[in-house]
Amino acid sequence: MFAYLVRRLFLMLVTLFGISVVIFFLLRIVPGNIVDILFAAAGYVDPADKANLEKELGIDRPLIVQYWHWIGGFLRGDFGYSYVSEKPALQEILPRIPITAKLAGLALLFSASIGIPLGVISAVKQGTKLDYALRVVSLSGLSLPSFWLGLLILTASVAMFGQMPIFNPNPKTWLEAFATYAVPAAAVGFRSAALTMRITRSSMLEVLRQDYIRTARAKGASEAAVNYHHALKNAILPVITVIGIEAAFLIGGLIVTETVFNIPGVARFLVEAIRWRDYPIVQNLVMFIAVVVVFANFTVDMLYAVFDPRIRYTD
Amino acid sequence: MRSVWALAAMATLSVLTASTATLAGEPKQGGILRMYHRDSPANASILEGATYSINVPFMGVFNNLLIYDQHIAQNSPDTLRPDLAESWSWSSDNKKLTFKLRQGVKWHDGKPFTSADVKCSFDLLMGKSQQKLRQNPRKAWYSEVNEVTTNGEFEVTFDLKRPQPSLLAMLASGYTPVYPCHVSPADMRTHPIGTGPFKFVEFKANESIKLTRNPDYWKKGLPYLDGIEYTIITNRSTAILAFVAGKFDMTFPTHITIPLLKDIKSQAPNATCVVEPTNVSTNIIVNSSSAPFDNIDIRRAMALALDRKAFVDILFEGQGDIGGTMLPPPQGIWGMPKDRLETIPGYGRDINANREEAKKLMQKAGYGPDKHLAVKVSTRNIAEYRDPAVILIDQLKSIYIDGELDVVETANWFPKVARKDYMLGLNLTGNSVDDPDQSFYENYSCGSERNYTNYCNKEIEKLFDVQSQETDIKKRRPLVWDIDKKLQEDVARPIIFHARAGTCWHPYVKGVTIMSNSSYNGFRYEDVWLDK
Repeated sequence: MFAYLVRRLFLMLVTLFGISVVIFFLLRIVPGNIVDILFAAAGYVDPADKANLEKELGIDRPLIVQYWHWIGGFLRGDFGYSYVSEKPALQEILPRIPITAKLAGLALLFSASIGIPLGVISAVKQGTKLDYALRVVSLSGLSLPSFWLGLLILTASVAMFGQMPIFNPNPKTWLEAFATYAVPAAAVGFRSAALTMRITRSSMLEVLRQDYIRTARAKGASEAAVNYHHALKNAILPVITVIGIEAAFLIGGLIVTETVFNIPGVARFLVEAIRWRDYPIVQNLVMFIAVVVVFANFTVDMLYAVFDPRIRYTD
Repeated sequence: MRSVWALAAMATLSVLTASTATLAGEPKQGGILRMYHRDSPANASILEGATYSINVPFMGVFNNLLIYDQHIAQNSPDTLRPDLAESWSWSSDNKKLTFKLRQGVKWHDGKPFTSADVKCSFDLLMGKSQQKLRQNPRKAWYSEVNEVTTNGEFEVTFDLKRPQPSLLAMLASGYTPVYPCHVSPADMRTHPIGTGPFKFVEFKANESIKLTRNPDYWKKGLPYLDGIEYTIITNRSTAILAFVAGKFDMTFPTHITIPLLKDIKSQAPNATCVVEPTNVSTNIIVNSSSAPFDNIDIRRAMALALDRKAFVDILFEGQGDIGGTMLPPPQGIWGMPKDRLETIPGYGRDINANREEAKKLMQKAGYGPDKHLAVKVSTRNIAEYRDPAVILIDQLKSIYIDGELDVVETANWFPKVARKDYMLGLNLTGNSVDDPDQSFYENYSCGSERNYTNYCNKEIEKLFDVQSQETDIKKRRPLVWDIDKKLQEDVARPIIFHARAGTCWHPYVKGVTIMSNSSYNGFRYEDVWLDK
């Protein structure tokens, strides 16, 4: 197990290094830079002013020098300055992380707490009206784009209640804070919940047909014990995998949801930074997301061992 | 006796009613004006910006030497008002413009405002100071200014190479605030210091901009508001829904399209909404330096094929304006009258006749029903650009031109235009002041950085100078019309239409005037108040 851990950690570092190279060079392949955009906004191009600005920002240097400057700073904890706001990149990124983390956490919680129980119910009640109804709900979750769902929620809120669940940066109570995040989390988590439900259902159906389930029933175990203790525990592995993957995919959904609900999180900020070609922000933020995703995958692998004793990470 | 008492009672009642009515109309102090902002500006420095995304939130931080009257919608020479300058005067040869400055004005950091600050600001704009603006998009405005000199602490003189009455118009623009000498251009981008009614509090990129009341403002009793808060919402649907739901007191100025205005009026029927021209023209930039548009016949055919009314009807439900380079009347003060406009090829009402003429020109150039000309119509990937480009492509089909839409990301648009890597481009041109000098020199003079097509006509350039020096507006106007007509006939940058847009606010917001011939000059908000 220890050797496996060391090997996985080493692989993580290699992966992160690869990601840093890809992020850096992909950004430079995209045509245009911050200076082009600033001059586009100003409606003119002065070659001398442009050259001065490129020099000031250090983007006139060879790419390899720029890369080492960035990665060296990153390893030392110096994340540079935003080209746009001229503030330290960390100062721009850090306050936004908890906002997106709360939103993502709540969305995942929504996804798991709705998707897993409904998936179990749907499997246990297979072929009933309830099963069909739940399958329709899950299909709609997979079909509705989150931006559309978000706009629908906002429009309905204004039309029905004259209110709008838009981001409140200074909630006074925990209930207000919860309300700030709950609606957008539901909007973005609905798709994940639907996917989780479908995976749980199919996995449960497979497990429920196993011999040991029949044995458990024969031994007189209650339906609840059979479903949740014996079946769900064995059916949960693919569900955990999907939730782990969803955590990474969630970023995509969050970009849209943060835009629609006007939440000042990192996901929307990242899109704006890409639009401005704000390299220090994009590079550091994507690296941060990469670290989170790599660690999430690592955690999922470790959870396999916890949930399935048959899995032994030995050499 | 009874009737005397009754009369006295009635008189008292009427006095009370009258006084109450006066009180109800009197501005109230206090409250925060909440507005959404359409995007996150690059920085807070108006002098370095060229978008009203910067002017709107930050104009209230500053003062100009002079300013357009904030309560008269149409900017004109008659609506110029003193601001940091108490008065101004021209020398007898109209080559020296002297301003007497206001005394006792303080910057937001407590330092006194003097003539040195004015000199610093304009030296910065003219590129003469040691400190440099990172970008200086309006340097050309001051090409006729030799130097700015101070005469003691409260007088400055602009020494001009030749008379230029339009200088006053440019100094009154929201783009021309006076900056403090003691704050660097870099600091002005992140934490602007002004003398204006509102102090800068914070600017969180993609989040919000906050201003607070300047209690030491030199206009006693102003501003009425305690502050202004802009929440940055890039999604237009969300922003409008938030306005309807009462999260905001006012929409971002001229941000509401005509179709969306209907939605707002149906969902918030009490809202006050106005539609005004933005003085932003949608036009075609033509690469006349290479084939096929180096052929004047093809350029003229293209101009003849335009059905401008169709553009206005489709995009603005009829609420747009057709004109030349200058914004058409009645809102525009320099635009050609309709009868004169219709004498320009392509502006006539009979579109079919125009297109028949265009077809003949195309056939002369070797194209026809069996041989179409394939062109790429390049434009920025923004709806305001993309939508008219699609209509343009459709209209060009009628004269044997098959257009293909070439959508370009903003970052690549100006580099592409600068290296002439386009055939036709659909472009938008915003005019910060309704003034011929600003428009002609900026967009059509030889060598101007914003003359994207490199159109260069020395004869016309001489006419630019003639109109520019004319101090009598009645004599100047026909000169401007002649130039505008010639520019359209030359297909220098065919103007398709002038856009209009809407602004809405809730009924308790008072004192807002949306300018009708500029989108850049009306955001001081010092006497806006909330009747709550």
